[in-house]
Amino acid sequence: MNWQPSSELATLHERARILAEVRAFFAERGVLEVETPLLGRAGTSDPQLESFTTQYFGPGHAAGLPLYLHTSPEFAMKRLLAAGSGPIYQICKVFRQGEAGRRHNPEFSMLEWYRPGWDHHRLMDEVEALVAPMLGLQGTARRLDYRDAFVEYADIDPLEETIPGLRACAQRLGCGGMEMGESRDGWLDLILSHHIEPQLGRGGLCFLQHYPASQAALARLSPQDPRVAERFELYCQGIELANGFHELSDAAEQRRRFEQDLVTRRERGLAESPIDEALLAALADGLPDCAGVALGLDRLIMLALGIESIGEVQAFDFERC
Amino acid sequence: MATYSTNEFKRGLKIMLDGDPNTIVENEFVKPGKGQAFNRVKVRNLKTGRTIERTFKSGDTVEAADVMDTEMQYLYNDGEAYHFMHPESFEQLAADPSAVGDEAKWLKEQDMCTVTLWNGVPISVTPPNHVILTVVETDPGLRGDTATGGTKPARCETGAVVQVPLFVEIGDLLKVDTRSGEYISRARD
Repeated sequence: MNWQPSSELATLHERARILAEVRAFFAERGVLEVETPLLGRAGTSDPQLESFTTQYFGPGHAAGLPLYLHTSPEFAMKRLLAAGSGPIYQICKVFRQGEAGRRHNPEFSMLEWYRPGWDHHRLMDEVEALVAPMLGLQGTARRLDYRDAFVEYADIDPLEETIPGLRACAQRLGCGGMEMGESRDGWLDLILSHHIEPQLGRGGLCFLQHYPASQAALARLSPQDPRVAERFELYCQGIELANGFHELSDAAEQRRRFEQDLVTRRERGLAESPIDEALLAALADGLPDCAGVALGLDRLIMLALGIESIGEVQAFDFERC
Repeated sequence: MATYSTNEFKRGLKIMLDGDPNTIVENEFVKPGKGQAFNRVKVRNLKTGRTIERTFKSGDTVEAADVMDTEMQYLYNDGEAYHFMHPESFEQLAADPSAVGDEAKWLKEQDMCTVTLWNGVPISVTPPNHVILTVVETDPGLRGDTATGGTKPARCETGAVVQVPLFVEIGDLLKVDTRSGEYISRARD
C-alpha cells in the first residue's frame, strides 16, 4: 500500500478552512454543535443501506454485544431534540457498507443539522445560505418537484405512470438495458440516476423536492398531496449533496415504516438489525416539529475545489486506510 | 460456469453479455443516497469491437468470459484461414477471416501478433504496433526530395495502402504504425 496521503496537503488546508466556515456559520446562528456515538445497538433499517457491524467484549458484556457503526447520526440527534436540545448540528464520520467509487467512500464526513419549528422549505433556505457562497454561486437555487423533474426530463408522470410505461421510458432513454422487474421505485431510481440527476444543478443549485410517498424514508407525507413526502435533495453539477426531511414525528407511523423495512430486508435476504427502540420511545415522548438535513461534506469540498474524486479530498481514502 | 459479481468489476475484466465476450472499459458505481445502487459500465464487444453502456444492480452477478490473449507467430493465409503458431509449444491455430478483419492488411509472415482466444477459438488478432513492410506499388519517386511536405499512396506487400513522402520508391522498406495506419520512416532490413 502507498503510505502517502490520497489528497494534496494544500487540499487539506482548504478542507480545514471549509470546516471552520461551517462551524462559524452555525455558531453565528445559535445552533449547538453536538457529538453522538458512532456505535449503536441498532443498525440502519433502510433496505438501500448496509451498516458495518462489530462487537464489544468487556465489563458488562462478557458474551459480547453486537454493535453497528452508524450510517447517519439521525436517530441519536432526534433523541437530543426530544430531550429539548433546541437547534443542533453535528460533523461526524458515517459508515456505509458496500459503497465505493469516484463519489463514494465507505466512511465519509457528514454534516447533519436539525431546526425545531421549521419546515423543509425554510430549511432549504438555510442550506442554500450555507452552500451557495462556498461554491461561489450567485442567484437563487431552483426548487423542482420530483414529479416536474420527470415530466421535464423524461416526459412521464412518476406518480401515475404504470410499470410497463416506466420500462418503456427507461428503454427510450437508454438506461443501460437494465431490467427492474416489478419494482416501481427501482424503475424511478434507474431513470433518475441515469438520466435526470446528471442534468440537475448545472450552473447553480437545484433542490429536488416532494419525493413519492414510497420513498419518504423518515419524512412526513404532504398534507396537501399524500402521494408525496416532504423530502428534498440538493444537487449541484449533477452531484447529490444533501438529503433533508420535514421530519416524521409520529411514533406509530415510524414503527410501521421500520417494520416494513424489515419485511423488505427479509425478502431481499439482507441482514436484519434490531429496531431502534430508543428512537421510538423518544418519538412517543414527543419530538418537536422540526426539519433536518444531512449533507455530504466531502462532496461539498470536491465541488468547492473543483476536484473529481472523493479520495482526493480525504487525507487517506479507503485504499489507504 | 464462472461468474463475477459487480464488486469484482474493473477495467479489463472479461464478461459475457448477450452471448458475446466483452471487456470492461469503464466501471462507475452510482447510488442515490436513499436509492438503488448501480454499476454503470462501458464494455467493448471483443468480436465486433463495438462499445456500449450497460447497467447492473450492484451485487448482481454476470457470467465470466473465458478469454485470454496469447502471443503467436503469424505463419500464412491459405485463402480460408489465417494460421498462427505458438513460439514455444509450436501448437498451431487457424483464425477465421472474420476474426482477423481489417487487421489482415498488417499481417506479415513471421511477425508476432496478439491472438485473443475465446473458449480456445481466435476471435481477434492484434498486429504489432509497428511493422516493416515492402512497397510493391507507388508513383515514381522524386529522388532527393525530402523537403517538400507532399505525400502519395503506396501499396505494401500485405495489401495495406499507406500515405508516404514523395521520395519513397518501390522496393523501399517502410516502418508503419498499425494503430494509426501512418508511415513513420523508411527502414533498413
